[in-house]
Amino acid sequence: MTKEKSKKPVASGHEKSSPQKLSLHVPEPKTRPGDKPDFSYVRISPVGETPRPALDVSAIEIRDLAFGMVRVLDDQGEAQGPWAVELEEDVLRKGLRAMMRTRAFDKRMQRAQRQGKTSFYMQATGEEAISVAQQMVLRKGDMSFPTYRQQGLLFAQDFPILEMMNQIYSNEKDALRGRQLPVLYSFKKAGHFTISGNLATQYIQAVGWAMGSAIKGDDKIACGWIGDGSTAENDFHSALVFAGVYRAPVILNITNNQWAISSFQGIAGGEATVFAARGVGYGVPALRVDGNDFLAVYAVSEWAAERARRNLGPTLIEWITYRAAAHSTSDDPSKYRPKDDWEHWPLGDPIERLKQHMIKRGMWSDEQHVQAEAEYDEEMRVAAEEAESYGTLQALEHRPSPAEMFENVFEEMPPHLRRQRQEMGV
Amino acid sequence: MSMIEAIRDAHDVMMARDENVVVFGEDAGYFGGVFRCTEGLQQKYGKHRAFDAPISESGIVGAAIGMATYGLRPCVEIQFADYVYPAYDQIVSEAARIRHRSNGEFTCPMVVRMPVGGGIFGGQTHSQSVEAIFTHVVGLKVVMPSNPRDAKGLLIASIEDPDPVIFLEPKRIYNGPFDGHHERPVVPWSKHEDGQVKTGYYKTELGKAAIAREGREVTILTYGTMVHVALAAAEETGVDAEIIDLRTLLPLDQEAIEASVNKTGRCIVVHEATRTSGFGAELCALVQRHCFYALEAPIIRVTGYDTPYPHVNEWDYFPSPERVGEAMKQILEA
Repeated sequence: MTKEKSKKPVASGHEKSSPQKLSLHVPEPKTRPGDKPDFSYVRISPVGETPRPALDVSAIEIRDLAFGMVRVLDDQGEAQGPWAVELEEDVLRKGLRAMMRTRAFDKRMQRAQRQGKTSFYMQATGEEAISVAQQMVLRKGDMSFPTYRQQGLLFAQDFPILEMMNQIYSNEKDALRGRQLPVLYSFKKAGHFTISGNLATQYIQAVGWAMGSAIKGDDKIACGWIGDGSTAENDFHSALVFAGVYRAPVILNITNNQWAISSFQGIAGGEATVFAARGVGYGVPALRVDGNDFLAVYAVSEWAAERARRNLGPTLIEWITYRAAAHSTSDDPSKYRPKDDWEHWPLGDPIERLKQHMIKRGMWSDEQHVQAEAEYDEEMRVAAEEAESYGTLQALEHRPSPAEMFENVFEEMPPHLRRQRQEMGV
Repeated sequence: MSMIEAIRDAHDVMMARDENVVVFGEDAGYFGGVFRCTEGLQQKYGKHRAFDAPISESGIVGAAIGMATYGLRPCVEIQFADYVYPAYDQIVSEAARIRHRSNGEFTCPMVVRMPVGGGIFGGQTHSQSVEAIFTHVVGLKVVMPSNPRDAKGLLIASIEDPDPVIFLEPKRIYNGPFDGHHERPVVPWSKHEDGQVKTGYYKTELGKAAIAREGREVTILTYGTMVHVALAAAEETGVDAEIIDLRTLLPLDQEAIEASVNKTGRCIVVHEATRTSGFGAELCALVQRHCFYALEAPIIRVTGYDTPYPHVNEWDYFPSPERVGEAMKQILEA
């Protein structure tokens, strides 16, 4: 071999920076308590402009959709553009009812916590459309891996509210035997996976569950749920790698409600890019969607579910919404964001927007709406009263027996647990 | 001062003394942490020294290791000990061994703080006592204060320590010395002697236990919230117990333990954490080995049961003054 002179590019002196003092960038939200709400940072596409791609697209082909925003309902409540699927009246009625009942339930349980009847509660106010509409495109046997703010999944299938309340009250009828923190439900019969309470851990499990369905030649799909904040956890990234590599039949949802307790979405990486863009890098087709637009959520969920069912693989969806209430009953958002933020949220209230659309289509009226609200409030009051008769945190004599804490640690109780149970004297 | 204020004060003192001290964690910047232990630090020392972190415990600890090896002294917060597991690899495989594997070329002077323990109806994701998974790791120091005065002194010592320190804060006693009597209101720290916290800089040496109560009949080895439960048990049973507040689990004050057990001839170990392979097992082994001829009865452990931490049955699980008192009576009869 002859020795050749390597042709290395010669660095020009101009490209080298002179020594300079570095500084750390820490993202900061546009507004803090006392400021005028300002959502100019939220990139919003015009209604109806985002194309509806073929089901078998690649992540690269639709990369623009990760940065855009699928929107169907305009300010007048009209459905516009290629994602505007004509939904039948009973679908819309069901959706509105589920969202309204979710909100009525939240209101009642929030109050119960304030009265000391339970230790903790988490509302989904302002985000109801996302879980409700997605559940409506799922089939029996599919499995959702929710976070603590997807109670809409249960309302969309008319799940018995008494069972939910019994869990919240940790009472004698609680199916989880008082083990779990309120709202960390487990309802397998409703395709609702046991919520762990740790963040992001279950996103990759949704992918694994979907891979299981593919391995067995089944026809079930899975849905993973995560918040904007928790996309920073490793498990989010593992989930996207596995989903992309094995083309798992899974819908990967990111609920971007702008806040992770007190941290705005910029702290999770939402300042420099959008969360849907994460999918592009992992080869997972990704869309960014108006999460307060029931019709958009329904249409995009249906599209993603169809991709999964046809063995075309995973879809990542970033739902843009706003956490209107506190993170939980332990949180006070007035400490870190303007009090009236939610009233200025540019994508509005999902219930009001669907209501407007239905009124426009002659399916609904303001009077019916007010009547329905009262009906659901009353329904929740009556159900709560019954649930409370089985015990609350204030009536601990009704709680599941302490002996039960030793059960289901293992299928068969090992001797050391038997001894400890005896020691407890129960 | 409450324990929260004492911890905040320790941060403040150290950030003022040493500009290499930086603080970050989930909600720890602008808001000052969900328990408010870092409140006001960002406003006082700037965003580059006290800031919010993404929800990524492995990221928080991994970044802290990077900063520590650069030359800073990061003191980071994990929101609840129950969330620390994603960071376990960074702590165990990296922070704990960097000094040893580089033969001292790189070191990791870092503090990882986290609230531990139950008593707040937090269920299995806000109640765990994780000390044993850290004391089992070589290369980590593990600290758990039981009152505001120690919390401040120990945190300052931890921040100044040249090695990684896991700093465990019993959240149930953040506001007052909870003694297990959940039916009674908790007396705030401001009315307690150990709530009288000195201003300014002081250190409480790592590796030194404290005698929370002197006694002659039985030694209680404990730490954190359980110090107060043991004190209540001694008072209620009238047993003249010597209560040792270990304060630092690693390195352990073996001398204090031996001196006490050799004096009383009886030993009870109390911790909130689950029993099997808990830190109590280590204490029992040490006492057995070094105080065997002084022991007049088998050592008893009073601990949490080997089940996930319950929600509604919290008070059946939490080691109560009654359970500790029963053990005291039992060991005296033996």
